[in-house]
Amino acid sequence: MDYAKKATEIRAEIIKMLYACQSGHPGGSLSCVEMLMTLYYKVMKNLDPKDPHKADRDRFVFSKGHACPTQYAILADLGYFPKEDLAHLRQIDSHLQGHPDMTKTPGVDCNAGSLGQGASIAAGMALAAKHIGADYKVYSVLGDGECQEGLIWEAAMSAAHYKLDNLIFLLDHNGLQIDGSNDEVMSLGDICKKFEAFGWAVEKVDGHDMDAIEAACHNLVPGKPKFICCETVKGKGVSFMENQYGWHGKVMSQQDYEAAMKELEVE
Amino acid sequence: MAKSLRVAYGEALQELGEKYPNVVAMDADLAGATMSGMFKAKFPDRFYDFGIAEANMVCEAAGFAHTGLMPFVSTFALFGAGRAFEQIRNSVCYVNANVKFGLSHSGLCVGEDGGSHQSIEDISLMRSLPHMTVLVPCDPIEMKKAVFAAAEINGPVYIRVARPVVEDITKEDDPFEVGKANVLKEGKDVAIFATGLMVSRALKAAEMLEAEGISAAVVNFHTIKPIDKETILRYANSVKGIVTAEEHTVIGGLGSAVAEVMAGNGTAKFAMVGIQDKFGKSGKPEQLFEAYGLTAENIVKNAKSFL
Repeated sequence: MDYAKKATEIRAEIIKMLYACQSGHPGGSLSCVEMLMTLYYKVMKNLDPKDPHKADRDRFVFSKGHACPTQYAILADLGYFPKEDLAHLRQIDSHLQGHPDMTKTPGVDCNAGSLGQGASIAAGMALAAKHIGADYKVYSVLGDGECQEGLIWEAAMSAAHYKLDNLIFLLDHNGLQIDGSNDEVMSLGDICKKFEAFGWAVEKVDGHDMDAIEAACHNLVPGKPKFICCETVKGKGVSFMENQYGWHGKVMSQQDYEAAMKELEVE
Repeated sequence: MAKSLRVAYGEALQELGEKYPNVVAMDADLAGATMSGMFKAKFPDRFYDFGIAEANMVCEAAGFAHTGLMPFVSTFALFGAGRAFEQIRNSVCYVNANVKFGLSHSGLCVGEDGGSHQSIEDISLMRSLPHMTVLVPCDPIEMKKAVFAAAEINGPVYIRVARPVVEDITKEDDPFEVGKANVLKEGKDVAIFATGLMVSRALKAAEMLEAEGISAAVVNFHTIKPIDKETILRYANSVKGIVTAEEHTVIGGLGSAVAEVMAGNGTAKFAMVGIQDKFGKSGKPEQLFEAYGLTAENIVKNAKSFL
């Protein structure tokens, strides 16, 4: 697969979806495209679009659930549901909700989006997997602003306590949140050192380098949960959205939409 | 037999664990107080302590439910239903996750710990959530039935576990059907609808009313949600007045649930015995029940106001 081309296609789908519903979150959806692609196309095992509840599949919890257009575009690409459904994101009676909903969308393993909760549920799923003796892994993508939630640290503490080496958190570290940069709003300090101090195996990678993300996902430490800090660019792929916190949840005008799509043309 | 309701909860969990291999118990450093520790003693590898971090416990419980397990989550009612409300809402109820909450030290019965630890709004919070079933057992016999009934429901259940030692009011062979109130005593002048620890006080109030020649029915609402509309409407159309009695704020609890059904229906007058929009305070439970009007005498006073 030509992953670079696929990433551009996924980004174009994200822009189309968000323009159609005239709401949603472009910046943080574009920043984590390669992270989710790595998980869905390269890392997660036993996924079967025809059997989304397969018992031994690896699980994915999108803790920064507001970026769900990225997940929806990938799930449609993998065949969990028709691509035409993407046009109905956030519309009444659509199975594609504004935040991930396991009761509505095929392929969504867990609800999330109320920040902090997805990461904590993921820890529970990983602990439950240990409890039943299953050997699948649980992956969760977190936002950096999200790490201001105390619940993230409660979950981090429990994951280390219970030695959840089947749990992998990937941080979409684009440095921006709704009201500004992380450092302006509420500094995270050295987020890697913090997770390390909580007892996690920690690695930092370029969040747009799928090979690097994949390698980090495979480089696990027995007895420790894994934290992968993925350095990303918010709004990645659309020049006027890149590194602009204003594009966290901004609605695109027709002009914005056309300019974005022009940049995301695939030959 | 006189027994603490939390001990009855712990015993019921132990028995439940034998019947259902997928039951696990969880606590947030209060296993010795909530009696989830009794389950831990019997099934040490099926018990998880999450430390003093209730929000995380609730979300991790949802993760267990998503894995096919049936977690029974315990802590004090205030820290579960209160502090972790939004986790219960979004991670559990929103997806109808099969998580059970046996939350203890509800109401004023935590006594000396004071208002900061007295959960007087948990019924209101829990019954506002779609998918949630709300059970308030009145004695040890009902506690066991409630725990087993909860396990039969595919979805979240809140069981209010009171702390004190109480005598059995109900009998082993009494029915316990979720959503169906039990008439403990028939009466034609007034009806007392009670829940939890107020059921015994309602029975005493009925005796006092009978002594004055007033015929009083007593109905035990062990289920607050779904509320038994049929029984409420039957009395709303047959007695002169209905008094509700609960160890809980009158805003959003049993009284409110009954009023929601009675509004626009029936001819009975209505009064609520409960905590009147106030916080609790330190004291012995019996002193607090007295101070906040949670007494047979206050039920009698309200019932007589209808006549």
